[in-house]
Amino acid sequence: MKYLCLVYYSEAAMQERGDDHWQSLNKECQAYSGGLTESGVLLEGSALQPVSTATTVRVRDGQVSVTDGPFAETKEQLAGFYMIEANDLNDAIRVASRIPPARYGSIEVRPARDIYDHSSEKVPYGEALES
Amino acid sequence: MAARGDTEQQIQRIFSSESRRVLATLIRLLGDFDLAEDALQDAFIAALRQWPDEGVPDNPRAWLVSAGRFKAIDQLRRRARYNEILHEQAQQLEQQATVSMEEENAAIEDDRLRLVFTCCHPGLAREAQVALTLREVCGLTTEEIARAFLKRPSTVAQRIVRAKAKIRDAKIPYEVPEGDELYERLHAVLQVIYLVFNEGYLASSGELLLRHDLSEEAIRLAELVLRLLPQPEPECAGLLALMLLHHARRATRMDAQGELVLLEDQDRSQWDREEIARADALIRRALQTQRFGPYTLQAAIAAIHAQAPSSEATDWQEIVGLYDLLLQQMPSPVVALNRAVALAMRDGPRAGLAALEPLMEDKALADYHLAHAALADMHRRLGNIADARRDYERALTLASQPAEQRFLRQRLEALS
Repeated sequence: MKYLCLVYYSEAAMQERGDDHWQSLNKECQAYSGGLTESGVLLEGSALQPVSTATTVRVRDGQVSVTDGPFAETKEQLAGFYMIEANDLNDAIRVASRIPPARYGSIEVRPARDIYDHSSEKVPYGEALES
Repeated sequence: MAARGDTEQQIQRIFSSESRRVLATLIRLLGDFDLAEDALQDAFIAALRQWPDEGVPDNPRAWLVSAGRFKAIDQLRRRARYNEILHEQAQQLEQQATVSMEEENAAIEDDRLRLVFTCCHPGLAREAQVALTLREVCGLTTEEIARAFLKRPSTVAQRIVRAKAKIRDAKIPYEVPEGDELYERLHAVLQVIYLVFNEGYLASSGELLLRHDLSEEAIRLAELVLRLLPQPEPECAGLLALMLLHHARRATRMDAQGELVLLEDQDRSQWDREEIARADALIRRALQTQRFGPYTLQAAIAAIHAQAPSSEATDWQEIVGLYDLLLQQMPSPVVALNRAVALAMRDGPRAGLAALEPLMEDKALADYHLAHAALADMHRRLGNIADARRDYERALTLASQPAEQRFLRQRLEALS
């Protein structure tokens, strides 16, 4: 049986905990996911860039609509995921707009974040900057 | 030192005519808005230092791009002491730095168009698209944008910072889309331009004279996009024509007291005939392509008004026909309202009322002051004074702009 584990947390609260906490959390994630991969439990997984980088793609009447921001419709539920390789956001939008349920619901496109590279040095500022 | 002073003036002139082009190219080469802006500043400082002695180079644009690129490489190297990735980035840039000046010059114009499409990418929020376009493509300062949109400079600055972060982190590419995507994305570009124009247009009728002339900025932007697109795009020409036609009437929209003047009462001898003729040529070409859309149709309607010798001598037959076409392409209640008003001019107020009254059931029109003002006007022409009064009063409660409220009060007074 395969299971999808979705990770949620408050970006603002994470930012308040500071960079040191962030770095040690990323290290902890590296160790845990490394072990899971070795034992064959982790099939595919990735951290994501903050929600401020999100783009939502929908297709209605054959027209692709692209909007800034995350998917935020509580009437719809998560139904699946595609982890894709794309050159840039335009390329990713092209792929997302052909996912068949894009015609009925929404596809949220979020860039992945490499927990091993420099992007895990500082907590990314997301919505916390809004206030 | 007269010669040196002349060179400095020449550098200032080159800065105002070339800085946006050079910036667009530096953004492509460096892949980073902030790094490109710093590099642009550094390149001009270098020019101010070197050109007075060495003379202005034959191709100042390419010189500035090249100087900016080397300054950016220097800066990356200084920062790279702490960071391995920046070190690699600087090395890559240095290897690419061998492109000839001629190649560079040819690519620079395309870079401006790439920048427009990046700034107006639909993955950015609409306000961010507008702010980023005005900042990066038009070269307005954050303070000027804030003043134009009545926002705090810090709010605008934050919007721009976030938009740049999304461009970088979500990897919004620096490219002009091709094929079907070009039309979808061009739509967003044209919407941004029209929004900028309307903001300037409304502001000019308002109480604030301090606001930057956004209308002219929008016209320049549309001209730029139309000139740079790989093939002439009728809707872009249509939008440019529409804006030119509004702009041609700018001197007559208000009287000396700052009160709004109705189209039928405006002094037509004051309209800018040169702009109207330019718009006319653009519309004719756009209509010939058979690929025209709502902007071209709205421009065609505005052109008939602009070319009529008086309100009575306007070709209302043609205008109603164009509204029928527009309604097919853009079935909105406001277009239907305008069509009903044109119908009242062609066939009389009774026909106008018959078309307009059923439309008022739409929530959008029920709350729209101009719809009630149109109803009132038709009743007034039919001599139904009580109905006219009721509808003008309704319009007055819904209107929010002081100039429009004063205008409606005048109409009410004129009834008795």
